[in-house]
Amino acid sequence: MHSTTTPRRTPFYEFHVAAGGRLIDFAGFEMPVRYRGDVREHQCVRTAAGLFDISHMGEFEVSGPDAAPYLDSMVTNDVGALEVGQALYSPACRPDGGIVDDLLVYRLPDRYMLVVNASNIAKDFAWFEEHVPRGVTLLDRSDETALLAVQGPRAAEIVRGHVPDAALDLGYYRFMIGRIFGAEGVISRTGYTGEDGFELYFHPRHAAEVWEGLLAAGAPLGLEPVGLGARDTLRLEMGYMLYGNDITDDTTPLEAGLGWTVKLGKASKFLGQDVLFRQKSEGLARRLVGFSLDGRRVPRHDMAIECGGVGAGRVTSGTYSPSLERPIGMGYVTAAIAKNGTALEILAGGTRLAANVVARPFYTRGTHR
Amino acid sequence: MSYPEDLRYTPEHEWARLENGVVTIGITRYATEQLGDVVFVELPEVGRKLEAMKPFGVVEAVKTVSDLFAPVAGQVVEVNGALTDNPALVNQEPFGDGWMIRVKPDQAADLQKLMSHSDYERLIEEHQA
Repeated sequence: MHSTTTPRRTPFYEFHVAAGGRLIDFAGFEMPVRYRGDVREHQCVRTAAGLFDISHMGEFEVSGPDAAPYLDSMVTNDVGALEVGQALYSPACRPDGGIVDDLLVYRLPDRYMLVVNASNIAKDFAWFEEHVPRGVTLLDRSDETALLAVQGPRAAEIVRGHVPDAALDLGYYRFMIGRIFGAEGVISRTGYTGEDGFELYFHPRHAAEVWEGLLAAGAPLGLEPVGLGARDTLRLEMGYMLYGNDITDDTTPLEAGLGWTVKLGKASKFLGQDVLFRQKSEGLARRLVGFSLDGRRVPRHDMAIECGGVGAGRVTSGTYSPSLERPIGMGYVTAAIAKNGTALEILAGGTRLAANVVARPFYTRGTHR
Repeated sequence: MSYPEDLRYTPEHEWARLENGVVTIGITRYATEQLGDVVFVELPEVGRKLEAMKPFGVVEAVKTVSDLFAPVAGQVVEVNGALTDNPALVNQEPFGDGWMIRVKPDQAADLQKLMSHSDYERLIEEHQA
């Protein structure tokens, strides 16, 4: 962990300062939490487009003849089924089923790229390295990779002309290698907001050209830089996981509702498979649920959840939802009550907040896919 | 950043202004920048007795929540009802229309125990260092 050392800076640090970003230490990086306001930035992404620096995330390169079976042994989703130009979301589990991290796997023509959470770069690299067999090469490319996300209904208009035309035809979770302004990089139709958009990977030496180019092209269409505050409200409205909050070493993908990423029937065995198989056949003790509140008080991470006066679990994420104009949250509760409509109470200091279990995503008008 | 000279301040980032025997209380610009967009302010009812440096309310922002601390002991004589419909006033005008409560202090002299604007500015500089 970097928490006791000087925070690191991404290649876009100077642009954050110039744009009036308020910087905080996040996973050992000095990152912008907001520029002009969480709600404004959130709405900007929902209605136009936002520009996110997410270069703090980690990128690993995996190559060699046995790269695919190796990755399939490490993650729960089916890497072997990936086509070149396709990306995959997957948890990686420990043998006990706990989640080491949730990550993206990109299949390039001659290798794979893994994109991991900033807070987990060191842990993940050690974990993946520990299991690397002969015939597979694992490299940490995080320091040589800048990563920007353009997210919002106008994202495609903004990048048009600055990426190959073919990039505009990419489907969700598809990518290509191509020109991003003057940089060569990976252009990926992915994101963490629920809106259409692109994630752009390129060498940090092109940082200024791409950042300034995107803002110049996008400002007339409403593009603004967006900080980690709105990134969190956007992802939570979609019910997307935040590692460290909603999923951890102590939760499994099945408990988190990520069963669609667990391919128990895939060709190779994988870490955590036995425990996940047993959980699936014997049933779960707890499940992650989403809940919504009528009042204005907001549920926050780690607040206790009760149901009928009995302790039922804890809040993992909570926020005010700018799109729904009400508080929302997620948390693990005993499986028996994990169904839509269950009335919960959340203990906020001395106050009890009434909440109801609702379906996710909370926000259903996003423009992705 | 410079802060209004006619106010007194707490280390918890409330401000207090004494006028005609009544103390108006709000939170500072620094506090609003730390909190982000305020979406709800929970305030006490008129008539409530407040103890110095004890919580009197809660301010909910999109990403954070914070207790509000009474700069002085006294009785609430008015609350800012405009914040119910427009909590964003706290961000827009923390020292003006974003005020929170007015209190009749038990002892007006208690205000002198609070931080001056220059003491508060030094505190902020230390936070930002």
